[in-house]
Amino acid sequence: MWGWRRCRARASGRGLEELRARRREREAALRKARRQEQLVSKRLLREDPVAEGGQDGAEIVLDPLTEEEVSELLRGVQRSSEDRRRSLSRLRWALQNKETQQKFVRLDGSIRVLIGLFTSSLANMQMEAARCLHELSHSSDPAVAEACLPVTSYLLTYLSGHSVEFTELCLYTLGNLVVESEAVRKQLLPQGIIPALASCIQSPHEAVLEGLGYVLSQLLQAKEAPTEIVPLVLDSGLPQHMLRLVCSGLKSGTGAAVEFAWCLHYIVCSHTVNAALLSLGTIPALASLLLSLASEISQSTSEGLELLVCPVLRCLSNLLAEETVVCEVQIQDERLLVALFIILQCFFQEHPFIVQECLWLLNNLTADEPFFCSAVLTLDLLPALLQLLPCSQTVSVLVLTVLCNIAEKGPAYCQELHRQAVIPPLLGTLMLTDSEVVGQCLELLHLLFLHWPEAAVDFVSQGGHRALEQHQSTPELQERVRALLDMASQPVGASAAGTTQAAALPAFS
Amino acid sequence: MLLPAELRDRLGAAPPPAPRPPPPPAAPRAPPRPPFAFAARRLRLRRHHPLLEDGDVHRHLYLQDVLTSVTEVAERSKVSEFCCHISGCCQVFDTLEGYEHHYNTLHRNVCSFCKRSFPSGHLLDIHILEWHDSLFQIMAEKQNMYKCLVEGCAEKFKSSKDRKDHLVTIHLYPADFRFDRPKKIKSITKHERSPMKQDAGVPMDVSVETSEQFQADSMEIGPGDNMDIPQPAPNTVPLVPEKRLYKSRIPSTICFGQGATRGFKGPKKKV
Repeated sequence: MWGWRRCRARASGRGLEELRARRREREAALRKARRQEQLVSKRLLREDPVAEGGQDGAEIVLDPLTEEEVSELLRGVQRSSEDRRRSLSRLRWALQNKETQQKFVRLDGSIRVLIGLFTSSLANMQMEAARCLHELSHSSDPAVAEACLPVTSYLLTYLSGHSVEFTELCLYTLGNLVVESEAVRKQLLPQGIIPALASCIQSPHEAVLEGLGYVLSQLLQAKEAPTEIVPLVLDSGLPQHMLRLVCSGLKSGTGAAVEFAWCLHYIVCSHTVNAALLSLGTIPALASLLLSLASEISQSTSEGLELLVCPVLRCLSNLLAEETVVCEVQIQDERLLVALFIILQCFFQEHPFIVQECLWLLNNLTADEPFFCSAVLTLDLLPALLQLLPCSQTVSVLVLTVLCNIAEKGPAYCQELHRQAVIPPLLGTLMLTDSEVVGQCLELLHLLFLHWPEAAVDFVSQGGHRALEQHQSTPELQERVRALLDMASQPVGASAAGTTQAAALPAFS
Repeated sequence: MLLPAELRDRLGAAPPPAPRPPPPPAAPRAPPRPPFAFAARRLRLRRHHPLLEDGDVHRHLYLQDVLTSVTEVAERSKVSEFCCHISGCCQVFDTLEGYEHHYNTLHRNVCSFCKRSFPSGHLLDIHILEWHDSLFQIMAEKQNMYKCLVEGCAEKFKSSKDRKDHLVTIHLYPADFRFDRPKKIKSITKHERSPMKQDAGVPMDVSVETSEQFQADSMEIGPGDNMDIPQPAPNTVPLVPEKRLYKSRIPSTICFGQGATRGFKGPKKKV
């Protein structure tokens, strides 16, 4: 299982609180970056500090070396001597520190020395040099990362694979450099990074595949990806391999599956090559994956799988929204709905963000075809849906939108909604102050009253008037509130569409 | 969550066999009546939509958090020490990974004619074609035969210099890419080569490789410090003839073909 290779910094007691605080800070920084559309992160491979006799997995803070010390190390690795390997190891260790990195790259000839060692025929030297380069690639200082540029052609040459570990290191180093700037990508693309990656995807090694997925995901996140990178990726034949690896991710290579799933998501949401993806059978494949996921997960065994579920849900939702897709042709399998709700239940406490991702898919499934609308009602999934109403504002709006989708289908659906007690939770929703949520609630009530006037009667008898009146003076809501108050006060049978009687409706079984 | 009890059972192996009653027909889609505006539609979200923010942040926290440990794999496969089995090579290993890396770096893509080794099969193939295929030289006079080194590029050139120019201008390769050195006459000794230390049997300083004196053969790997000098110890004045001969070859050459005397020698273990 991929999880065992992840070595998260663990600490106990006070350390844990500090870790949490730091994580919150990082999260805030990521949100800010995301809002500026500059969300960029790098991954780090490093030897387990425990194995090196370091502390108990807590983050090791190294002091920076002086310039003299860095020069000394550089001289040490230039000399062909017994000490060379040791100097190189010490250099690699020291390069974990940002200031030391900066000093190192400023030294004349330092990178050339590293490149020389990196391209040497001595495997351990090569490996150590690769680790040094990797540390540099991970730097947040652009000057440091860009100093590594001369090595990219060699990184690509070595993807042919000298050892799993070495290839993995090359891949993660490439992946880190790729996000550095458009200038870097403008060098890597002509150097043939995509064909090189396409050959690499034949590797049977999970670790290599995960690294490969990482590089691709970094490439595909680039701002210029939709025009410059996605077409190349499509031409290289990578997508069918990516799909295959995503879909087999539950049995083996979950780490790789996660990376490729995000790759697919970036490709799909660029909305440039979705026709090609559809012709690969992406929708049925991913739907099938969701079914497998749902049968395997439970609340205790799902840690980490949210990272796979999220992009898969997104791909399905976006692909279903392509104009050329007819939902009917693609998937009409109620098990998909079942899977969706099981996944919802599994993740909604630990990872509430999954809820809105699921609801987006649910919207796209229920918007046009009655098949899934009907299934929600007959499979008795409405209570679970209503239970989500009081969550966040985003979630409330989505739940109400899905309910509107169902109600819009007509009298039979509204009757069933009413029968399944949709009114009381809606009354509760009217107590909220958020006008977007309340507005969507009003839309739903309108559809219900329109198609099934009994609902209006029930609504009024449960105190609906007062619930509505409290919003009479809200500008965005007032017109609709008034219209609803009018509808609700009309006797049954006299409303605009109230001619369809219960007896004439094909009932829900 | 209030899910029906036997919901999981419905996942089953196949869609329900018995045709369920079809869903009641939907009312014909009418445009929304003002002031109401709702119309059901599938949502198509682009990358930076606010709805996707939470998931993206979670993904990036994961990227930053995951400190993939590299030793675990190596640890697992520790074995008792063993030697590289290629004749003439005495490197010693105690992990399978280490051996695999060494083997692939040095022995895997080896030219059977001149024993030079290459980082990939692709480069080896090109080398054999350009160096050891007599037909190649003949044909090269008439048509463009020198292939571009970049996988995926189908261009061919009439000389290795033209190819190199292509690599530099189109593929943005470094001008001193060490796996693309033109085939040249071997140069004579260069005693004054660089800051040589006492362990001079080891021919090269890494820093020297990039200088122009280096008229290497094409596409081979490695600085020569994989060469352990044969006994005696490094600090003695080395066996001069061997040294000279050695230096007359390009320092980065690994010459298994020369009776394998320049293979891995000496008891030194590289750990």
